[in-house]
Order: sequence, then structure tokens, then C-alpha cells
Amino acid sequence: MAAPSVSLVIAGSGGAGVVTAGSLLLEAAANAGWYALMTRSAGPQIRGGEAAAMIRFATEPIASHDDSFHLLVAIDWENISRFAAEIPLMANSLLIGDPALGEAPAALLCNSPRQAGLAMSEIASAIEGGRSNMVALGAIAGMIGLPVAAMESVVSRQLRRKGQAAIDASMAAFNAGFAAATGLPAVPRLPGVDAAPNGERWSITGNEATGLGAIRGGVRFVAAYPITPATEVLEWLAPSLAKVGGVLVQAEDELASINQIIGASYGGVPALTATSGPGLSLMIESIGLAVAAEVPVVVVDVMRVGPSTGIATKSEQSDLNIAVYGMHGDAPHVVVAANSVADCLFTTQWAVHLAESMQTPTLVLTDQLLGQSRAILPRPAELAFIGQRQTAVVAEEGQRYQRYALTGSGVSPMAIPGTPGLAYTADGLEHNELGTPSSQASDHQAQMDKRLRKVARFDYGSHWADIVDAEAGGGNIAIITWGSSTGPAREALDRFSAMGGKARLISLRLIAPAQPDKLAAALAGIERALVVEQSHGGQFHRMLRAFYDLPRETLALHQPGPLPIGPGRILDQLNAWRT
Amino acid sequence: MEAAVAEKRKLAAKDYKSDIKPIWCPGCGDYSVLNALTRALAELALRPEEVAVVSGIGCSSRIPAYTSVYGFHGVHGRALPVATGLKLARPELTVLVTSGDGDGFSIGGNHFLHACRRNVDITYIVMDNQVYGMTKGQASPTTAPDWEGSKLTPEGTGINPFQPLVVGLASGANFIARVSASDPINMAKIIVEAVRHPGFSLVQILSPCVTFRPEQQEWRDIVRTAVVDYTDDAARAARRLMTDDGFNVGKVLYKGSRPPFKPEFEVTDGSIAELEASFVI
Repeated sequence: MAAPSVSLVIAGSGGAGVVTAGSLLLEAAANAGWYALMTRSAGPQIRGGEAAAMIRFATEPIASHDDSFHLLVAIDWENISRFAAEIPLMANSLLIGDPALGEAPAALLCNSPRQAGLAMSEIASAIEGGRSNMVALGAIAGMIGLPVAAMESVVSRQLRRKGQAAIDASMAAFNAGFAAATGLPAVPRLPGVDAAPNGERWSITGNEATGLGAIRGGVRFVAAYPITPATEVLEWLAPSLAKVGGVLVQAEDELASINQIIGASYGGVPALTATSGPGLSLMIESIGLAVAAEVPVVVVDVMRVGPSTGIATKSEQSDLNIAVYGMHGDAPHVVVAANSVADCLFTTQWAVHLAESMQTPTLVLTDQLLGQSRAILPRPAELAFIGQRQTAVVAEEGQRYQRYALTGSGVSPMAIPGTPGLAYTADGLEHNELGTPSSQASDHQAQMDKRLRKVARFDYGSHWADIVDAEAGGGNIAIITWGSSTGPAREALDRFSAMGGKARLISLRLIAPAQPDKLAAALAGIERALVVEQSHGGQFHRMLRAFYDLPRETLALHQPGPLPIGPGRILDQLNAWRT
Repeated sequence: MEAAVAEKRKLAAKDYKSDIKPIWCPGCGDYSVLNALTRALAELALRPEEVAVVSGIGCSSRIPAYTSVYGFHGVHGRALPVATGLKLARPELTVLVTSGDGDGFSIGGNHFLHACRRNVDITYIVMDNQVYGMTKGQASPTTAPDWEGSKLTPEGTGINPFQPLVVGLASGANFIARVSASDPINMAKIIVEAVRHPGFSLVQILSPCVTFRPEQQEWRDIVRTAVVDYTDDAARAARRLMTDDGFNVGKVLYKGSRPPFKPEFEVTDGSIAELEASFVI
């Protein structure tokens, strides 16, 4: 990113409210005209426990975190060492703690960051109703150049219900921290910019964006079984669906949620569920049913570290294999992946369009990093995809309705229960064109061809991938990536570009079916490719090797979660190729 | 309106059957259930397009394709969630589920509990033959513990049979009946009642498997019409069902009055723009 930015962490334990504090800071920054990205990391405790809010502010939209943080403010040191790997501090970073709570743990001091004390608890206790986290926010604001006025309106609105006294106490603590910042060592300050025009900036999480994409796409039935880190998609959808004439039902398990949405969609109502890896594993058999019976459904997988229960609260891009290959039999279906917080909206809305148009299950892969991140971003564009479910409405004179008619596109008009004369049985058994169960080779061949034809002949347009060239042009180097690894790759490309480097970024949004011709065109002139993903087994790289022709010199940069691959590591390889 | 009603009455049981020949063995109780189901639909005077029959996997789950109404034949054990989603999305449809003792009480056991609890207005018809027929004769949850007819459990299962009606009652089913496949007229009558009763209606049908449980052909002589009429008192129904030998048939055993679960698809003034406004800074 060419624009100036500052990266900081607020960490603390039970009741310190660091994520809440981070949200306040984000909103204030938005008031000041800045952009922001906040990810969060939490321990396994149900309530309380240690938490860290990792925030980056900039004067331009932000794709990724930086490789390290300029500033860490620890409200306390409780268990903070658990986050040490996720919050790299360098020699020029500044580590601020409360002297009353002792020394910083050694795990944070590997690269000898600068240290300073801020008596947050003492300053807070001098103010009636004052809290340490507001003192911390004030100090951060003072250090990074965020004006007091930007915070005032946020605090007044957030605490309106608690009354003027609470607002005054919070602002007094904030102002005391702000004043104390003058005595602290310097960190990068962002320039003041004009506030955005009304309505032009959104504050949204990836999981909320996914929910909104579902509703924009036309989903009106959602079945839900809670699972970290997908629950917020469902919790946002429950009241929101009710406002647009839809409904969310809590199911008894993931087997029920997938089958409920299949039932609702068979009934003609576009339907979706959201889950994470363990839930997707349970749903797989029934997703195969939706392939065979040709029922459009959308399944969102907000990926977390696996296998098994893994690390439920942290991110990994390791459900690609199950999403693409998980079903038994040959089961043509669609898998798409969001590549940013904002793209969760676009990709989910697109997924509903794809599922409905092709009458096939569509899986949406996001992950904890995207889902639970909050971003201040430009207002997303209005989208409208043309074409929805083809329905059969009138019986043809003298002919029995053929639900699974063999058409050129593979898509056959679907009768919705209630339509006279077109009753049929949707079946997971192999069947003929009428839907009658059949074990004949010719019917299996014909129906398999039809199912494949639907997804193979569909026009995915330009949405199959995001392709970005460095300013000076594409050159002969490409980064090929997907999902949440795209953000760091974008930043690496920007930095490389600022240094005069030429490269092309290709981020696949359409994971399945593969688009070999399109990637071949995108790779024209490319001699070296770097494949970037967050999986131990290099699942994405293996998939690329199975379906695509890659440049002779292709390197795979992959590691398991929860640590993301930072822009610096990607840049290092680009630079190595340049020399 | 009257003309429409008259039109409805024209349909006979045979009009609810498809032309597909069932795969069942000769003498299977499920033929009789298909007859009773189509007879019930004719009695209810429902247009075929107003009805959906949903099923999972097993001999009994083949029924949807043998009818002329909308059907859904899904995966093993998951018919109830499909039917739940369908009914909640399309409340105006009449939704029935056809299942068996394996599909419904073993692999689909959890959905059975929660379907009773949730009390969505659907009718659950379970053909109980105390055996897995489609996989050639293994013990099911309702099989007696000392049945030695399966190669899989040659010494018997040694496990007490599942009591579907007791469990259904405890879980909140709003209508409970047991009928015998040997009496299709009574079966049709009870299915009509089950469909008409609001909420989740459970109908257990003793439907003999003549191939793998030939001794069940004697059921027609063993079953007896239940001597007492139904109760709306769950405690009384529980006492009766707990002391019952499983062969009291032909009557409704319990009718509850819990309102069905029915979230409204409300037509609201809300708009997507309003939802989006909540994200604006």
C-alpha cells in the first residue's frame, strides 16, 4: 500500500474490552476520514479470557495487515504471550504497558522493541467511572494523530443510553490518555484527511457482508446450527431476514440444517446455511443429494483451523479439498471464495445467483480472518445479476413433465410444488428425464453429462478471478492465490510496484469448476509464478497442478494457520526473482 | 367456488398413484400403506399439486415416486428436516413423510426427537417391520433383542427395542396413532385424521416384511383394536403406551393441543436499503 498507514494492537484480558475498544477506535477513525481493518484474536475461554484487537489505519482502503505492528498497548499482561506469534514487534515498534502491572513478558521482546509505561489504571482511577481502556484509546489517538472530536461523537452515541455522566467519564479518561501521549515515544502519525461524504463509508465485518450478500441475492430461508466462526453470519441474518420477509430456523444439527434448506429450496424459496469445517463435513452427503436432485442451495463455510475441532477461533484455508472433492461419486458443483471483507458480500450474492441459475449447490469459502474482521471501507457497489431459477409453469399438452430433461445448457426448468400438472419426485437415486429411478447405464451417463454440462457451459464472465497488474505492467511474474491470502498478496504487489517491479496478481474467486482457458489467458507472458495459500498441505497448489498448466518455474508458498502469510514474505520472493 | 369443490371430489385414490411399479416383494405391507395413503388423499380432496410426500432411504421410502403428488426422495435418515424446511417455506402445502423403523428411528433418530419437539404441521408415517429390508435383513431399533435372523447379529442384538410412540410422546408429538397394514380402510381413516390434526402427527404402521420376517404374517391375527379411545392427557397416554405390547392398533392414542411451530414469512415494509443503512458510518 502506497498510502501512509499505522498498525497497532490493543491487548488485554477478561473485561478489558479490547475488541469493543477497537471498534470505537475504528468508528472514530472513519469519522476522521481514514480507512481501517481490524482483526481479532481470542483465547479459547467462553467469556473473558485474553483478547487482542489488531488494527491498521490508512488514508486508503486496506487489503491486508502489515508484516509487523508499530504499536502494542497492553491493558494488562495476562496470557498475552499466547499472541506473541500473531503480533510481531520489531526494534522500532513501541510496546506500552501499565507500570503498575509489572514487566512485559519476554515473549514480546524477541526483537527488542522500544518500551514505555503508561499508568492507565492510575489515570483511570483518578476519574470517577474512568476505565483503563478509554485511557489507552486516548493515548493511541494522541500518538497516531486521531483528533479528539472524531471520538466524541462515537462515545456520545455508544453511551447515550448510559447517560451523560458515563459519556463524560469516558471522554475524561480518553482526554487524559490523549494528553499523556505527548510524553510517549513517537509512532507513525497519519495525516488528517477530509471526512467522507455522508453514506460513502461502511463499517462491516466479513460475516455481516456474507449475510447481506445472501439477502441481496434473494435468499429468504436460512437454517442455522451455531459454530465458531460462522455464527455471526447466522446471528446477523436472523433479525435481518425477518425485515425482508424471510425466515431463519435453528436446526438440531448440521445434517438438519442442510436438509431443511434443501426442502425449502425444493419448495421454491432460495435458501442458504452457514457453517465451518466440522459442520461442512457433516453436510457433505446431503450436498451430494442436492447435486443429484438438482436443488439449488448455498452453503457458506467460514473456515477455521482443522482437522477435527482444530483451533476453532482461528483462521486457515484448509477446507478447499473437502469443498472441491468431498462428495462421493462424480458430483459437479460450484465452489467460490471471497477474497476480502468487502468481497464476502459480492461473492455470496454471486453464489446465490450461480446456485439458482444452475440449480446446483454452491459452496462459498470464507474464513475466520475475513469473517471476524471489521473494515472501514468504501460503500460497496449495488449489484444485480441477471438470470435466476428457471421454473416450469405449464404442462405441455399431452406430455409428461420431464423434470430432468436433457437440454443443451444442462439446466431444465424446475416445477415448484403447487404448480398443477407438473408434480414429480426429486430423487437422489439415479433417474431418467422424468425423475423415475433408473439403474440403466444410459440414464446415468446422460444425467451425469447433464449435471456436468450445467456448470461447464455456464458463463462465469470476468468474476472467475480478480486480476491486478503492477503499475508498470504485468511483467513475467505472477502471484496466484485465493481467499484471505489475497490481501497480503495485493499489498506485496503494491510494494513491488512502488519499487518499479512488474508482476501480476491472479486471485481465483471461482475454485470449481476449473477455468483452464481463462487462467491460460491470464498467464500469457508469465514465466514464473508464486502460489500463496494458508494450508499445511498446499491444497490450492495441488488443485492448480491437477487442473491447470502452470509456468515451468512455479513456487508454492504455503503454511498452516493461524498465522497469515504476510506481504513481506511474498515480496521477498518477488524481489528474489527480480534480481 | 362450489365448482372447484366439485372438481376436487372427482379424484379417486387411483388418481394419486403414479404408473411406476413398486420394487417391493409380493405380500409386502407397504403396498397396503400406499393404497391407504392414496385413499386418504382422495378423502382429503387435496389436489395432487397441493401435496408433497418426502422420504429418506429404505423400502418404505420408495413411496413418493409411486404417487402422483410432488415427491422428494432424499438421503438416509433426513426426510424430516427436508419436510420441515419445505413446510416452513411453503406453509400452504400439505406435507407428509413416509419412513421406516431404520430410517426414522436409527439414522434419523435425532431428527425424530426434534421434529416431535418442533411440532411443525406435518404427518409422519412410519412403516415399522422391525428389520432393514433393503439391505437384506438386519436388526433395526425396533427388533426384539433375541432375534437371531441376521448374519450381522447372529446371537441377537441383546438390546431393548426402541419405543417410538413413548419417545414421540415424551418429545412432544401432537398426535399419536398405531395402525396395522392389514386394515387399509382404517389406516386411511387414521391418516386423514393425522393430516387434519395441527402439528406433528406420528402414525406407526405395523407393516410386515414377508421376506426377512416371514413370521410377521401372523401379525394380522395378533393385532387387536385398541379398547380405549384417545386421550388428550399426555400423562395418561404415557401410562398406556408404557404398558402396551405394541399390538393395540386401529385407533388414535393421543391428541395434543400444542400450537404448531410456524414462523411467519411476513410481508414487511423493510427493505434491503434499510439493512444497508446500519453499516453506514
